[in-house]
Amino acid sequence: MNLQDWLTVWTHFDEVVKGFGVTVLFFVVASVGGFALGCVCVYAMEGRASVAKRLLRAALDVMRTLPFLIVLYLLYYGLPQLGIRMGAWTAGVLALTTYHAAYYAEILRGARATLPVGQVEAARSHGFSPFTAYFRILLPQMVLRSGPLIGNQLVGCLKDTAFLSIITIYEMTAAANALQAIYFIPMPAFIVVILAYWLISLILERLLRRMGRYAKLRGLSYE
Amino acid sequence: MNKDLPVIDVRGLHKSFDGTEVLKGVDFTIQRGEIISIIGSSGSGKSTLLRCMNWLEVPDGGTIRIVGDLVGVRADGKTPMPERDLARMRARMAMVFQSFNLWPHFNVLRNVTEAPVHVKGLGKAEARERAEHWLERVGMIHKKDAYPFTLSGGQKQRVAIARALAMDPEVILFDEPTSALDPELVGEVQEVIGELASDGFTMAIVTHEMAFARSISNEVAFIEKGVIVEKGPPGTLFTNPESDRLRQFIRRHI
Repeated sequence: MNLQDWLTVWTHFDEVVKGFGVTVLFFVVASVGGFALGCVCVYAMEGRASVAKRLLRAALDVMRTLPFLIVLYLLYYGLPQLGIRMGAWTAGVLALTTYHAAYYAEILRGARATLPVGQVEAARSHGFSPFTAYFRILLPQMVLRSGPLIGNQLVGCLKDTAFLSIITIYEMTAAANALQAIYFIPMPAFIVVILAYWLISLILERLLRRMGRYAKLRGLSYE
Repeated sequence: MNKDLPVIDVRGLHKSFDGTEVLKGVDFTIQRGEIISIIGSSGSGKSTLLRCMNWLEVPDGGTIRIVGDLVGVRADGKTPMPERDLARMRARMAMVFQSFNLWPHFNVLRNVTEAPVHVKGLGKAEARERAEHWLERVGMIHKKDAYPFTLSGGQKQRVAIARALAMDPEVILFDEPTSALDPELVGEVQEVIGELASDGFTMAIVTHEMAFARSISNEVAFIEKGVIVEKGPPGTLFTNPESDRLRQFIRRHI
């Protein structure tokens, strides 16, 4: 590992930046989409039990027991056998979004279960429909009470984007891998992307701390 | 709207929980401008009666009408009402809870404007004006930017009352509004309710505070084991109870 190796990384830095962009793109789309889908799933499980709700619950449970890589393989390599073909990017976004949605649903379901029943009753008795009550009264409290768990999930999602390299998506890990394979400079190449992942995590931590302050100001802190 | 119809008209109300019959055919009316206290021992069914009125508990039998309109079921008396219509019915009767149930993620002002804006479709400015008016009335305007968890129980309950009033309801249902309060905070809440009473609001109050029930109401209902045993003006009811059960109850509580 000498200066020459680092200079090689520097001359190909645009590749790393491109990979960084793809990683951030997948991370943001999957996190926002997964969170939204998780919220909708928990809303769908509100109210009286039914077969459909039980099935949804079971599907979410199954999803959480699978390794992410399997989900990715299933979508990209498995589905074409059933005649459903999609590009690597579509498969990647779908896999990442649905996989993390299952976790967000579980986090929020836990928060929902511990909300005082009076919160719902106050909303209902003031004329809120179940939909408005959920999205305006219940969900904000559920989210504010789950800050650290959501933080973990975000970091988990960031790390899972590295698996996308396996289905030919040129994200940051793939970019580093290409560099090290061509010039045989594994240490500099991987150290650069480690720093990049770390940078994203730092930004996430910042955002979560802000959310934590917002929650604490309302007496909903989780510390 | 027919002014002669009772604001709330309950007929033959039945409700069981896990096989235990809590309400056994209750008939109950609240006339416009009436302030009616519902008294009775714990487990007598008085809170359940109140909670059935706005369908927080779904009755097993009987009907509830608000100014003539059926609550919870369609005109055929059987088919459950769509959630949207039920929500509209509930918005006509406000409820104040024992445990306040303010929404902790909103500040005081927002607690009071939230339902008028998102349920009744009021403009933000108008809702705010109205909220400030009611917060002023309950003496909480100085706390309008505070978050609920920073307030005392009595302050929370006064905000909850402002929140209820901002819906411009036809009747306010109080479910043991002072039971969760420290004794020294009971007075401030009772005072606010008393002022509303003299302003002519229609109210039903489930309470354990006999002196309060007596001073504020123009009608008192005594409920025991799921039936209304006696109903009448507080003067007669408290000084001259007809039934032994009410006599015993009064002796225990005064």
